[in-house]
Amino acid sequence: MIGTLTALIFLPALGALAIALLRGDRDRADAQARRVALTFSFLTLLLGLWLLGRFELGEPGMQLLERASWIPALNVQYLVGVDGISLFLVLLTVVLVPLLLLVPWEPVRENYRLYAAMVLLLETGLLGVFLALDLVLFYVFWEAMLIPMYFLIGVWGGERRGYAAMKFFLYTMATSVLMLVAIIVLYVQFGTFDLLALQGTAMAPARELWLFLAFAAAFAVKTPLWPFHSWLPDAYREAPVVGTVLMAALMSKAGLYGFLRFGPTLFPNAFGEMIPYLLALALVGVLYGALVAVVQGDLKRMVAYSSLSHVGLVAMGVFAMSALSLAGAVLQMISHGLVIAGVFLLLALLAERFGGLRPMDAYGGLMHFMPRLGALALIFVFANVALPGTSNFVGEFLILVGTFVAEYRVYAILGAFVAVLSAIYMLWMTQRVFHNPPREELRDRARDLTAKEVALLAPLVLLVFWIGIYPKPLLQRIEPSTEMLLLNAQARVEQTLGIADPAPDLEDTLTQAQKEEGR
Amino acid sequence: MEFVWVVLILPLVGALINGLLGRRMSKRAVSGVACGSVGVAFLFAVNALLGLLRLPPEERVFTQTLFDWIVAGGLSAKFSLLLDPLSAVMLLVVTGVGFLIHLYSVGYMGEDRDYSRYFSWLNLFTFSMLLLVLADNFLLLFVGWELVGLCSYLLIGFWFTKPSAASAAKKAFVVTRVGDFGFMIGLFLIFATFGTFDYFRVFEEAPQVLAYGGALATGITLLLFAGAVGKSAQIPLYVWLPDAMEGPTPVSALIHAATMVTAGVYLIARAYVLYELAPVSMAVVAAIGVATAFFAATMALVTHDIKRMLAYSTISQLGYMFLATGVGAYAAGMFHLVSHAFMKALLFLSAGSVMHALGGEETDMRRMGGLRTKLPYTSTVFLLGSLGLSGIPPLVGFFSKDLILEETFLSGNTTLWLVGLAAAVLTAFYMLRGHFLTFYGKPRYDETKVHPHESPPVMLWPLFALAALTVFGGILWISFLNFAPFEKFLEPVFEGARLVGEEEHPAALSTGMLVLLSVLAAGVGIGIAWLVYLRGVTVGEGLRRAFRPLYTLLYNRYYVDELYTALFVVPGRRLSEFLAGSFDQGLLNGIVNGVGRLVDALGGALRRVESGYIRAYAAWMLVGALAILIYLYLR
Repeated sequence: MIGTLTALIFLPALGALAIALLRGDRDRADAQARRVALTFSFLTLLLGLWLLGRFELGEPGMQLLERASWIPALNVQYLVGVDGISLFLVLLTVVLVPLLLLVPWEPVRENYRLYAAMVLLLETGLLGVFLALDLVLFYVFWEAMLIPMYFLIGVWGGERRGYAAMKFFLYTMATSVLMLVAIIVLYVQFGTFDLLALQGTAMAPARELWLFLAFAAAFAVKTPLWPFHSWLPDAYREAPVVGTVLMAALMSKAGLYGFLRFGPTLFPNAFGEMIPYLLALALVGVLYGALVAVVQGDLKRMVAYSSLSHVGLVAMGVFAMSALSLAGAVLQMISHGLVIAGVFLLLALLAERFGGLRPMDAYGGLMHFMPRLGALALIFVFANVALPGTSNFVGEFLILVGTFVAEYRVYAILGAFVAVLSAIYMLWMTQRVFHNPPREELRDRARDLTAKEVALLAPLVLLVFWIGIYPKPLLQRIEPSTEMLLLNAQARVEQTLGIADPAPDLEDTLTQAQKEEGR
Repeated sequence: MEFVWVVLILPLVGALINGLLGRRMSKRAVSGVACGSVGVAFLFAVNALLGLLRLPPEERVFTQTLFDWIVAGGLSAKFSLLLDPLSAVMLLVVTGVGFLIHLYSVGYMGEDRDYSRYFSWLNLFTFSMLLLVLADNFLLLFVGWELVGLCSYLLIGFWFTKPSAASAAKKAFVVTRVGDFGFMIGLFLIFATFGTFDYFRVFEEAPQVLAYGGALATGITLLLFAGAVGKSAQIPLYVWLPDAMEGPTPVSALIHAATMVTAGVYLIARAYVLYELAPVSMAVVAAIGVATAFFAATMALVTHDIKRMLAYSTISQLGYMFLATGVGAYAAGMFHLVSHAFMKALLFLSAGSVMHALGGEETDMRRMGGLRTKLPYTSTVFLLGSLGLSGIPPLVGFFSKDLILEETFLSGNTTLWLVGLAAAVLTAFYMLRGHFLTFYGKPRYDETKVHPHESPPVMLWPLFALAALTVFGGILWISFLNFAPFEKFLEPVFEGARLVGEEEHPAALSTGMLVLLSVLAAGVGIGIAWLVYLRGVTVGEGLRRAFRPLYTLLYNRYYVDELYTALFVVPGRRLSEFLAGSFDQGLLNGIVNGVGRLVDALGGALRRVESGYIRAYAAWMLVGALAILIYLYLR
């Protein structure tokens, strides 16, 4: 009997397999591959919605658990489950992938079958990462994301695709091997890879710290956390748009999700100890990304650095570890995914019209020629500056206010300054590209969006507004799980404090915890 | 009263209809939707007011929760509306003046190709402003606050193909965001202190939670004031408002004179309970207010641009409102807000009528003159507005401005009062100077090309309505036979305030004397303007030369824009360029690539692999990992 989650995870992979079996005339096979890919991704979407329906409200723990033995000799299990933290990441994935497959303008003339199969495999990898509860299973999916992404950049990327793909691959691979070693060490000590069983085990402080750092390395590169972002501008710029969206909207969430899922659960003491440093890195990323974005002349690079800044803010919410900041961080993961997907899709539409993206200053007055594209662009611009009414405001405000009440006041205050910086770079870009005198030489190519293209972006716009105006359905499901995560971590820290001398910053964490509960 | 949500929703519906379908609708239909939605909203607002008036004064508070907005981890911000005398006043101004300006726009924007876009955004603004004033908690107020900022951006940059307009829009948004940064931290502090954003819970607990004059009370109120300084264009963040005149003139009237820029005053009046606990903040508000009132007025003295003159005047008048709230005269501040909304909307719309008459976007008063005979109606209403703003009785501005000066004097701070009085002289001078330059003397426009004509009725009627409000609006304040409608109406809102003058300062001057002095101030200003610009009295050459440097300083707006560029823009850019260049691409990227090359150099045997066989890499890593695994398992 195959459970909902298993079906969800492997349905896209099944689609990829079906595509691999397609034979015959290239054009026909490509057309068929497109239909197959769309069918499977839509079925996955339906399954995701069904999952949402089955998800029990108010239940903080793992739901729809599926457990089977996989490699008995090593006690490796096939263990998957969903809670309020992973639920919406799964939904984000199943919503975005069909939209991406619908993108008609992608210059994927050669080898469409391989391309579609890679997108579907990546979807399986992502879903697996968000749902796996066994460390080996998690690691397998984690690495499984890497290979399709490497191909997406390396085969269908821009001019410097080889360099970008290699850098991306090596950087992430090198750090995820550290995670693998840590997983093995955990196994050697406790004899299991089961996350649910490992939760609540205690280990020597020094070892806990090192193991956490090994995990953190993998997550920090994937997110990316400053200063581990060197692969990001190149990869975002060189990847085909669909690849960029998958990286920015979904894969970066895998890193953040990793921090959130494993940090407080497996290594509560080490995590607590590292919080000030992690917060500092996140904060630097927030401001640094925004400052660097200001002077970018290339649209994709600007969005890449802007994304570094936004992702840094989510990381801040994760590290601040207050009820508000965690709920905000999970919500903001979804929101950032939607917004950045919209932004990159718009860039793809622009690129399609102008035969590739031009530097910002080569545009001008596009709003005049393309009012529909301009209007959609404005919506995403203002979502990016976290204007109230858009989903980003809800997420970022919760993160900042949560960080503030967690007594990391300076971090919250400095982080809030991004409201000014993001307005500067987004609006400056808007002026240079969409406002200012229209350039006559652009007129011929500046076709406005077709109804179909608007329809493609419409779901993203609607979701951005919906979450901005009525986030309750999300928060209701997210919060019990983040709350439980928080309480468990605090209980573990208290437990440790009972036997060891309390380190000063752990004490801080504790008093916060009490305050939080009191409220 | 139960229908107060309708007031809020109608303009939003109008904005959506015009925004989504407007391009396929006739201009008539577009204007019908836009004006109709705001007009009906005004009727509902009047209905809400009547509903309030039917209740006994102390029960005039009505809240309505529409839905839960953000509820998480102890934070509960509901989408709820609050109708009380304070929000009712704002409601009437926004929908009433707003309706007149919508109507006027039908004529003014009649020829624009983006007619429906204009009205869609104007309606969206009305919705946002109503949300700001109807919110029943700080967070929802902040939503309206940011949304009016968005609409301001969109409408300043309405003619976005003009680089100056696009830049002005961006500047407005960014500069106000600097203030909003403070505002946001104020919100964090409020939440950290009270665990809620709800007005009433905050105000109820404030006296117990915040120590009188304590750091927390001062901090919260100053941070909120930072937001107000940005939005209401006070020193040091006023620089965006003069540039905002790039927008269509009715937009300047509605957003940048009558409503949005007064949001800061509303905020302080709304949160007065907190300010009462922070005397230092009160002093800061009053000082910045009066300084801005004077400082902005000096810049209005020399500008040749009629809209910029009105913009400086707006900044200056907003300063008066802050002065009033800073000395605790909240009702007086609110009354000046209302009276200024009437007068300044009137002045801007008249200026628009002049520009319209001169065939479009002419704003330079050096190319006007002698328009009195060609534009008799516009000239008359402009004069009424100018005299009103100068504080000539019995126009509404006399009552409101005199009141502020009087209450400032009674608060015992003579310096504030003197500066305010001096600014009043300047106000009268620059307003009449503007009037004389525009409507008197010889025509200085090209008479062969431009044939000025009076505006169409759809533009004139709103002017007449605003003129009538300017002339008769004073009735709202006159207290004869114990009938002082405005003050009485707001009384329950501000009942916790220490009444100005209660402390019994030795009244060096009687009330009558004060009134006389402020009228005299206006008279002096008008008199000088009359001498210089109508009688052509020229000052001596020596005096002129002596004032030359001062004139240059004023004409260049004290070089404040240049100063900010040098202090913030240029160093900020340098920092960004350094980070993006040598640091990010040079150092960080260099390290990563360097490690790659190092590995490459170390293993000559690996060279083959390095050239791109990713599968080999993956295989090697997997082999390595498996080796560790097997070793550990067998150990």
